[in-house]
Amino acid sequence: MAATDIDVKYVAHLARIGLTPDEEATMSARLAGILGYIEKLKELDVTGVEPTAHAVPMVNVLRPDVVCPSLPHEAALANAPAQANGLFLVPKIVE
Amino acid sequence: MEYEAVIGLETHVQLNTKSKMWCGCANAYGAAPNTQVCPVCLGLPGVLPVPNEEALRKTILTGYLLNCEIPRFAKFDRKNYFYPDAPKNYQLTQYDKPSTANGFVEFEFQGGLSRVRITRAHLEEDVGKSFHFDRNSGVDFNRAGVPLMEIVSEPDITSADMAYEYLNALKDILLYGGVSDCDMEKGMVRCDVNVSVRPVGSTGLGAKIEIKNMNSFSGVRRALEYEIPRQIEVVKKGGKLIQSTRRWDDTTGITEEMRTKEHAHDYRYFPEPDMMPLAPTEEWLADVRKLVVELPLARKQRFIREYALPAADAETFKNDVALGNYFEPLAKQSANPKALANWVINNLRAKLTETNEREKTEQAELGIEPADLQLTTLADLKFPPAALLELVALVEAKTISSAAAQQVFAEMYATGQAPAAIVQEKGLAQVSDTGAIEKLCDEAIAASPGPVADYRAGKAAALNALKGYVMKLSKGKANPALAGDILERKLKA
Repeated sequence: MAATDIDVKYVAHLARIGLTPDEEATMSARLAGILGYIEKLKELDVTGVEPTAHAVPMVNVLRPDVVCPSLPHEAALANAPAQANGLFLVPKIVE
Repeated sequence: MEYEAVIGLETHVQLNTKSKMWCGCANAYGAAPNTQVCPVCLGLPGVLPVPNEEALRKTILTGYLLNCEIPRFAKFDRKNYFYPDAPKNYQLTQYDKPSTANGFVEFEFQGGLSRVRITRAHLEEDVGKSFHFDRNSGVDFNRAGVPLMEIVSEPDITSADMAYEYLNALKDILLYGGVSDCDMEKGMVRCDVNVSVRPVGSTGLGAKIEIKNMNSFSGVRRALEYEIPRQIEVVKKGGKLIQSTRRWDDTTGITEEMRTKEHAHDYRYFPEPDMMPLAPTEEWLADVRKLVVELPLARKQRFIREYALPAADAETFKNDVALGNYFEPLAKQSANPKALANWVINNLRAKLTETNEREKTEQAELGIEPADLQLTTLADLKFPPAALLELVALVEAKTISSAAAQQVFAEMYATGQAPAAIVQEKGLAQVSDTGAIEKLCDEAIAASPGPVADYRAGKAAALNALKGYVMKLSKGKANPALAGDILERKLKA
């Protein structure tokens, strides 16, 4: 498997996205393009460059521990597909 | 062949901040479902979560208390998975750059000191709480986004009992540091247990089996008491254990398989793009270090060393911090800290417990909720702490007998009156006047021919009956040691 090959079916499953065979082919090609670009970046000599977790040179962006008003209960549940007793109802969770 | 267990624990602890981890919703237990939620903790599109500085501070403080290194660089990552209680479809956590690492916890176990290494204590967020109905589940997101610290141990634990003691030691440390309320009933501490077995003497690790989401320490102990022999049995019969996840059923007392490695998650961790990395400055860390407190074990050892207390008393003061804090300044001024400790533990604490029990009953009858009970604490006592010191000194100086001291204590607890005043008012001063006691002894001997004969026949214990008689005659005021000496002298004459 070349570095630019990707198991689209598996990745789609992990993201819970349903793809038709046609879409799988399209996505496969697009993702290969992106990975090809990464391969190109890998050619760059980064000796002595600290790895970073973020492109913006900024650290320690924090907020003080202060309580602010929450959403009104009705607003919080407004987009719930179903609700009961103030809870978001979901298909039964079985494990 | 003999087998041994290898156990590592992942302990999740809710931090007691005022607000949640990434938003200003209240971090408070017990509100009506979905009333402490906002677009951030509901995972609505377009929001910008910002880490709570206090939660980070409490995590770093925990790192210091657990003897960890504090890396100068840390970050948050997304752990991707789908589950209805995780509104964003990922959990924000610290994956490869945690805020603390490489520490240890030391605790007493089986008469010695044990040490369990800590891999890391990192910061993440709690998920919502699910309720299960016949055909649906319901989710309350009040808990979603509550700051959660995960403390991962190295596999240094070798038995169910050791796991139990480790967890208790950890909880004590977290309570001392004030980082979590550790209320087990409210699910503030939960635990995942990793356990494998191997032949004694080998260094490899067997197939790791994880028992998920335990919410009590005794549950962890019981689960391990079941799981370790189960695994050994499988291996001894020539079976093969495979890496898997099991569930503990507290009712039946067994573990059962949930999933095997074939169905293991693929979390696709990646750095959280919406959050800047953490690079604590020296100055900020120095402020956190000021919050470091004496560890529970160190406190216990110090109480034993400095006040010559028995281990059991020091343990009491370790577990009841308020009581220990009441005792310590007095102990520093006391000629006999051990006697003082007896009064604080056996009398003061007992009396306070009795008062609190009565208050609970009275207030429950008035319909007051358990959370709103107003109970007397050490800060509300009617007498000043120094009065206890005075009382102990009165006993030490033999001014009052220990029986009379009990009366004085009861009175000063009830009224706040000074011990010396009570002694005077109630005439409780011990009589050490030889002449007076001689008279009482004569009376006792005259009135008790039986014990006198017994004593003369060689039954030394019969002296106690006579001594008791003297004490009764003196209304508890006679110096009992002196009475004993005088009786002995008279009977032997």
